Amino acid sequence: MTLLKEPDFGTPARPGEATIELTVDGVPVKVPPGTSVMRAAKQAGVDVPKLCATDNLEAFGSCRLCVVEIDGVRGTPASCTTPVADGMVVRTQNERLGKLRRGVMELYISDHPLDCLTCSANGDCELQDMAGVTGLREVRYGSGVEAGANHMDLPTDSSNPYFDFEASKCIACSRCVRACDEVQGTLALTIEGRGFDSKVAAGAGVSFFDSDCVSCGACVQACPTATLQEKSVVELGMPTRTVLTTCAYCGVGCSFKAELRGDELVRMVPYKNGGANEGHSCVKGRFAFGYASHPDRVLEPMVRNTISEPWRKVSWEEAISFTARRLREIQAAHGQGSIGAITSSRTTNEEVYAVQKMVRAVFGNNNVDTCARVCHSPTGYGLKQTFGESAGTQDFRSVDESDVILLIGSNPTDAHPVFGSRMKQRIRQGAKLIVVDPRRIDLVRTPHVEAAYHLELRPGTNVAIVNALAHVVVTEGLVDRKFVASRCEDFAAWETFIAQPEHSPEAVSEISGVPAETIREAARLYATGGNAAIYYGLGVTEHSQGSTMVMGMANLAMATGNIGRPGVGVNPMRGQNNVQGSCDMGSFPHELPGYRHVSDDDVRSIYEHLWGTPILNEPGLRIPNMFDAAIDGSFRALFVQGEDIAQSDPNTQHVFAALGALDLLVVQDLFVNETAKFAHVLLPGTSFLEKDGTFTNAERRINRVRPIMAPRTGKQEWEIVCEIAQAMGYPMHYDSAAQIMDEIAMTTPTFMGVSFQKLDELGSIQWPCNVEHPEGTPIMHEDEFTRGKGRFMETVYVPTSERSTRRFPLILTTGRILSQYNVGAQTRRTANVAWHAEDVLEIHPHDAEVRGVSDGDLVALSSRVGRTELRATISDRMPVGVCYTTFHHPVSGANVVTTDNSDWATNCPEYKVTAVQVDLVPETVSADSALEPVVAGGNR
Amino acid sequence: MSAGVPPYVRLANEIAAQFAHRSPADAATAIATHMKAVWDPRMKRALIDHVESGATDLDPAAALAARQLQASS
Repeated sequence: MTLLKEPDFGTPARPGEATIELTVDGVPVKVPPGTSVMRAAKQAGVDVPKLCATDNLEAFGSCRLCVVEIDGVRGTPASCTTPVADGMVVRTQNERLGKLRRGVMELYISDHPLDCLTCSANGDCELQDMAGVTGLREVRYGSGVEAGANHMDLPTDSSNPYFDFEASKCIACSRCVRACDEVQGTLALTIEGRGFDSKVAAGAGVSFFDSDCVSCGACVQACPTATLQEKSVVELGMPTRTVLTTCAYCGVGCSFKAELRGDELVRMVPYKNGGANEGHSCVKGRFAFGYASHPDRVLEPMVRNTISEPWRKVSWEEAISFTARRLREIQAAHGQGSIGAITSSRTTNEEVYAVQKMVRAVFGNNNVDTCARVCHSPTGYGLKQTFGESAGTQDFRSVDESDVILLIGSNPTDAHPVFGSRMKQRIRQGAKLIVVDPRRIDLVRTPHVEAAYHLELRPGTNVAIVNALAHVVVTEGLVDRKFVASRCEDFAAWETFIAQPEHSPEAVSEISGVPAETIREAARLYATGGNAAIYYGLGVTEHSQGSTMVMGMANLAMATGNIGRPGVGVNPMRGQNNVQGSCDMGSFPHELPGYRHVSDDDVRSIYEHLWGTPILNEPGLRIPNMFDAAIDGSFRALFVQGEDIAQSDPNTQHVFAALGALDLLVVQDLFVNETAKFAHVLLPGTSFLEKDGTFTNAERRINRVRPIMAPRTGKQEWEIVCEIAQAMGYPMHYDSAAQIMDEIAMTTPTFMGVSFQKLDELGSIQWPCNVEHPEGTPIMHEDEFTRGKGRFMETVYVPTSERSTRRFPLILTTGRILSQYNVGAQTRRTANVAWHAEDVLEIHPHDAEVRGVSDGDLVALSSRVGRTELRATISDRMPVGVCYTTFHHPVSGANVVTTDNSDWATNCPEYKVTAVQVDLVPETVSADSALEPVVAGGNR
Repeated sequence: MSAGVPPYVRLANEIAAQFAHRSPADAATAIATHMKAVWDPRMKRALIDHVESGATDLDPAAALAARQLQASS
């Protein structure tokens, strides 16, 4: 249910031409074959009463409210389950139908509390609406307890932190059950019992919280009554206004209706016309927004001269002048290149653009990097080398046309749940799934989904595997020669390279641990199974060969012709909401906006002319280089926007040393995060609810982020950046975020046609948006690659130097969990902690047993660089010898143990391969010392 | 991990490993091209100085690349 009513056609649209013509209440209408009478009626402008039907679910035919009369058809068929036929004549309203509907409504209402005036859904209840539509005036059967058996004394399940299940109000329409099946794909809900005893249940006799429910909210959204209702609505009342905006969590970029009472956000409801999510959501975007109003928020600037001093609250003027003065002093003393900045994928395109402009135009160097450095920089590098564009090739909708899905190092049901649901639905429709992952992620086997192949490889052997897959394609004659000949270059050399015996599945089997025949069969399926799409995540990029692997996947897609049409492609699953955008906006130290190299005189001249200042033609420092240079003493000041590098970046000891060595650290963030503990200036940031700007998601979709309330700090983050620039002597000013986007469009060819006005008109735009593609480009490289010809790259497998030894016999790999996000700064400040209150170490039963570790034991996790302690969870999702943890909590601080190994091309850290030992910690250790990370060299 | 090895040396050796299948001259050109494209000048300078100091911990192709960088700077 939602305040902003989007048109509901009752049943899903059917593809194809509108060739069936019928008449509904005298109105002619043409629709595609397979369309329901209900949907056709809506298209003809006729609303047929309904309760169990909604257009994101297949018709169910349960409520009997939507009965109609059709010439030549006996009885009164349900319009939702009746397909149209050519020449059909339908009547939706007459006395007979009205009587039938009122009869149905009488039965519903006789078993429903008549507490409308005090009901939390008052004014937003379809049952209430239908009582009015059908003209129900009295209930002959009575109502309430006195009328006989009913369900009005059923208890309410309030176990979920975000919504209640008030069973007494349930009309058993099954919309929630079907939403869980058809939209979310979790199948957590069911109808228990038969006939009068039928009732919705979350699993077998358990509460919603204890069930398989993933709290995506699809059931709440689908419920036509107050049965499934957000607790926030129950507590605060119905919202009164709606603002369309974009989720600030993962790279799916879901569109939401922020529904408010005054300035108080009551709920976030997924927007049906959102290009990325089409009405679906996950627990984070749907419910975990409370961090924005959390009391931990910093709302006033704070300054201190040394990090051992207490913070001093200051005015904006003082904070900005202090920052500007110190930056200039440091440059005067240590050189122009001694300062720099890190942008964040949690901020808007406009905010990132402003920071990189400040660095280039005001700092006078290219020392700007983005947190994408530590997640998807290999994507940028690898896809640029091969395809010519640093971005994924498809839109999310494309997966609906995939026949084979090759999922590598990505766990979308946890990290990108809305797209994960879409992928699950496609697999249930018959697409084949190949999972390449050391862990048995949920998609390997979950209700009604089973991977055709799971290549359970050893961590760090991705490149060997992708080379072996390509080897099979080449040596078994599965190359799409026509595609390669017409669209690609450098194939012959690559073909010779990849056909070498060292890349054969048999050779790679020894390296990777994956049986050769499994590799062969998976390669054959990918190459011959129809439209084949690759989806990948940080399990690809966060390796010392991340860029090589990205190029390897691009090779595989080109060799099999799986590029340039719906259902295929190479698709990075971006971790944070604006990873794509932060990269697009020129925050890599070697690239100006639009991935154009700083050494390109023509490109630099565009900005030099506009900004009125020279731009350095040499690359600047990347994040790991900044840390090294800080320790060496040549880098002395850092501005960090919206990123907690002290928790998120690898080898915590090294990061601490770097941050501690700086003369000036300026942090712009919502909270005093781990990084801020080393800061001299804290500039409070804006939450996504206050931002005005755009995010760009994993499918290159630029979405508007609209402020639903004024910035609680009084300023947008880009305004603060401009004020620092001005205080440093550079005239940088914008009147609005829209004006920044206008500058981006004016200077960046791929954004040429983008403006806030156009985004408001179209909803969203997938770049490139230019003269050739004025409304954007859902599928890339259709006729030719961005660089002209797709380029095959030789991808040598160079094993990581990180090896297991007798001292560190296990390999740790890291990742995410559904309920938490990144370093947890946001989600730890919401009720999501109910699901994941601390990071845990997943360890295989065998590895646990030989160490005497039982489920829930406190264990010490140590590597060559550090040690921490956390609770163990025994799980056979990993192979023997591999353990796993998340990095959502600073208490255990997983990055205390990760090394500073990195991708050869981009310095993306090798989070996914760390040799570790796990030891049982005696429970006699005091609670004070437990769960405290320890880095080599002493306690933090 | 190679304790005590400067980060630019370690990274240079890792880049060199990616091009080890090529001839030394080709590999050196590819390494130098990559470094020129994405390395900060102070890292390139440090690598050149490292080679000039007579260090022996650098992959020969990486050392050759450093000399190419020096020649083009």
